[in-house]
Amino acid sequence: MAELDVIQKKILEEVADLHDVPEGAYNIRANGASAARNTTANIDIVSKTDKPGIDIIIKPGTKKESVHIPVVLSESGLKDMVYNDFYIGDDADVIIVAGCGISNCGDQDSQHDGIHTFHVGKNAKVRYVEKHYGEGTGKGARILNPVTEVYQEEGSYVYMEMVQIKGVDSTNRTNIAELADGARLEIHEALLTHGSQEAISDYKVALNGKKSSADVISRSVAKEESVQSFSVSIEGNNECSGHASCDAIIMDQAKVIAIPRLDANNVDAALIHEAAIGKIAGDQLMKLMSLGLTEEEAEEQIVAGFLR
Amino acid sequence: MLEIKNLSYKVDDENESDGIKDIIDGLDLTVEDGKFVVITGPNGGGKSSLAKLIMGINPATDGQIILDGEDITKKSITERAKMGVSFAFQAPVHFKGIKVIDLLRIAAGEKISLDLACEYLSRVGLCAKDYVEREVNGSLSGGELKRIEIATVLARGTKLSIFDEPEAGIDLWSFQNLIKVFENMRKTVNGTIIVISHQERILNIADEIVVIENGKVKMQGSREDVLPQLLGTSNASQIACEKLGGDL
Repeated sequence: MAELDVIQKKILEEVADLHDVPEGAYNIRANGASAARNTTANIDIVSKTDKPGIDIIIKPGTKKESVHIPVVLSESGLKDMVYNDFYIGDDADVIIVAGCGISNCGDQDSQHDGIHTFHVGKNAKVRYVEKHYGEGTGKGARILNPVTEVYQEEGSYVYMEMVQIKGVDSTNRTNIAELADGARLEIHEALLTHGSQEAISDYKVALNGKKSSADVISRSVAKEESVQSFSVSIEGNNECSGHASCDAIIMDQAKVIAIPRLDANNVDAALIHEAAIGKIAGDQLMKLMSLGLTEEEAEEQIVAGFLR
Repeated sequence: MLEIKNLSYKVDDENESDGIKDIIDGLDLTVEDGKFVVITGPNGGGKSSLAKLIMGINPATDGQIILDGEDITKKSITERAKMGVSFAFQAPVHFKGIKVIDLLRIAAGEKISLDLACEYLSRVGLCAKDYVEREVNGSLSGGELKRIEIATVLARGTKLSIFDEPEAGIDLWSFQNLIKVFENMRKTVNGTIIVISHQERILNIADEIVVIENGKVKMQGSREDVLPQLLGTSNASQIACEKLGGDL
């Protein structure tokens, strides 16, 4: 297995808050190949034989353990596609951290497409954190197209935090979730785009189970000429409750599109959608300026708080 | 010392014959250092507009605002804030994601300790540990937001603090506490305090009372001189309005 270089370590820190190899189970993928791996008594990581990627198998009842599967790309012109399948046993309670960072100093595009599938067992709890980060001075674009598919069994709980704050030129995110009886899904997305970046997020949640529930919350800031599109569709196929909220700050010449869709296929489905897009309120700027900040500093504070 | 000379603030208004409304109309006012001054008068008389002109939130159409000998009329909100002017908004602003502690730290201009932040919150009657990590948004009640707004001004500790109708929009119970906050501030703050208010109990702790009507100073003097002219019943604003011919 290859040693990580300085650039790769820096990206690792950005996407996974890791200074070095993490505690517990991990698989670090660098420039299209596995760079380091560790398994534990309860968490096994196995390379796929038919396609690039890994299976992460978490034993039933595993408590308070974590899995880190960061990906770093530091080679210009690399196109990486990976399939990661998570099998989370019944009653397990785990944290999964899956960041991706690209450092592209060359003139060719670098791209990582990660397809993550989660099979979440009965009454299992999963906290999933995914951070995206891009850097580099080259003309080559930094492209990330993540796909997550979540299949939740009875009584399971999944919390997903997706953060993309800096340096990714193009993202097309697809998220699919299907929930059985009593399952709950919470998604928090924080997104900041600038320059000529483009970000598309598409969420489809099917509430199939009785008393299943989902909360999909997106907070985003679009600056300069960037373009964002957020679509969320919640399907209520049983007695269930679903809530989606898209809250965006628009600045400069940016564009933001919010497309809600609610399908109530059962009389006991309670579905709500909220969407709000607008510039920073003048009174917010004036309040912070009256505390001594310049207009630019006030904007920074408002944006940082909003995306927190 | 704050000196306001021949200050005017005009806005477009299609209901006026010339299409312009004089909100503040050639107003002169001097506020001495260290005084607790309450500005009162009928609604629509220009009190809040004057407060916003002093902070730079409203742009002056004409005239001068002079702080300690320096003309600040053309200065930005930020420049005035840095020169030592603070302003508590009548309707506190909501911020998604910004916490009470963040706002107090911005106000103090440094990363103040949790203990000090709690001290400011205690001074406005909030049980500090329940609030520092809360977001400054609609999950807080009007009275709570108002007190946090006042705490940001306390945390700044500037030479001139302006409070725009601190009693507006809060319930009676919160109001009793609010009065205590101002009575306390009266004793502990060294700088000049200007409060826009209709409330007799706030008028009662003033060194000076200024009555503003139709964009001009109608009366200015010590509490002892002005208050008896305004009062007579317990409702100061009503009497003020009757005397001044305005409406509530």
